[in-house]
Amino acid sequence: MATYQLNVNGQRREVTVDPSTPLLWVLREDLRMTGTKFGCGISACGACTVHLAGVATRSCIVPISHVGDRPIVTIEGIGQDSVGRAVQDAWVETDVVQCGYCQSGQIMSAVALLKHTPKPTDQNIEESMGGNLCRCGTYPRIREAIKTASAQIAKGGA
Amino acid sequence: MPRIRVGLLLAATIVAMTSWIIAVRFVRADVSDATTAQGLAAWEQVYSVLTHPRCINCHTATNYPQQGDDRHRHVANVVRGPEDKGVPGLNCAGCHQETNADSTGVPGGHNWHLAPLSMRWQDINDRPLSSGEVCRAVTDRSKNNNLDGPGLLKHNEDEPLVKWAWNPGRRPDGTMRTLPPMTHEEFVAATRRWVEAGTPCPATR
Repeated sequence: MATYQLNVNGQRREVTVDPSTPLLWVLREDLRMTGTKFGCGISACGACTVHLAGVATRSCIVPISHVGDRPIVTIEGIGQDSVGRAVQDAWVETDVVQCGYCQSGQIMSAVALLKHTPKPTDQNIEESMGGNLCRCGTYPRIREAIKTASAQIAKGGA
Repeated sequence: MPRIRVGLLLAATIVAMTSWIIAVRFVRADVSDATTAQGLAAWEQVYSVLTHPRCINCHTATNYPQQGDDRHRHVANVVRGPEDKGVPGLNCAGCHQETNADSTGVPGGHNWHLAPLSMRWQDINDRPLSSGEVCRAVTDRSKNNNLDGPGLLKHNEDEPLVKWAWNPGRRPDGTMRTLPPMTHEEFVAATRRWVEAGTPCPATR
């Protein structure tokens, strides 16, 4: 066991866990932040996506010992960010969600995309979101919501 | 008689000098051929490493990296991206950290990324290029980030992602990933012999 000082959504959090524990389980089990979901456990579905120093990261395969002092942003904190807020608003407006299980990961990847590429093409969206699976098949609405958020950001509404 | 003697002496001298020059030329040619042959042999050792899955999986000619000893397409729809580091929602660094994560089976190293397309060592059907083709690409300074022979040697000796191939960590099932067919020290030594021979490339193909 080892103790780690984490920066989660701008707050200092301390955990004492085995160094090999994936970041996902530290968030869900130790910090009780269950918005980030367990899907596959092998970084193949994207449900566990968080931002680590701004990079969309699969938290299920990153041991806590690899996090260091990089800031962590989860679905619970992404709304504090203007782009994150725009994406969440667009998700609601477009009524993207069906069962919803994958959607926190979808939103985290969409925010990462829009922060880097404010006006994404369809190809940009397909490539950046290609690692986030949705068994309900909400992909057309995800694409629409990303474009809605992009337009909102361009208008300065975010 | 003295004139004849002088003439014979001169002729003998000319013949001796010519023989010496020819002999030296042949010896030099032999030495040069031997050096080239040694360099080519060393290159084949280098090539055997470059085409090992730990190396060639990220030297693709396509829009995606490969993984595993069977060199299958990387899972999760990972794509190359404009800077060979993936795309914003699906960056290489989104999974591959600074070091291997043996507890989860994800390999890692500093600045994990694909080699640029100019350094592709396979065709678009994921078949390794021939020894000559890879050699010519590796030595083409318009393709290799302007590295000369010593630069290539330094790259093979010090580049973290090159060295990673000999410390590739564990697979998700806990078993060790396979290593290239020689040690890193042997690889560097082979690269040095090849560079010292003038980075010769096989002429065929």
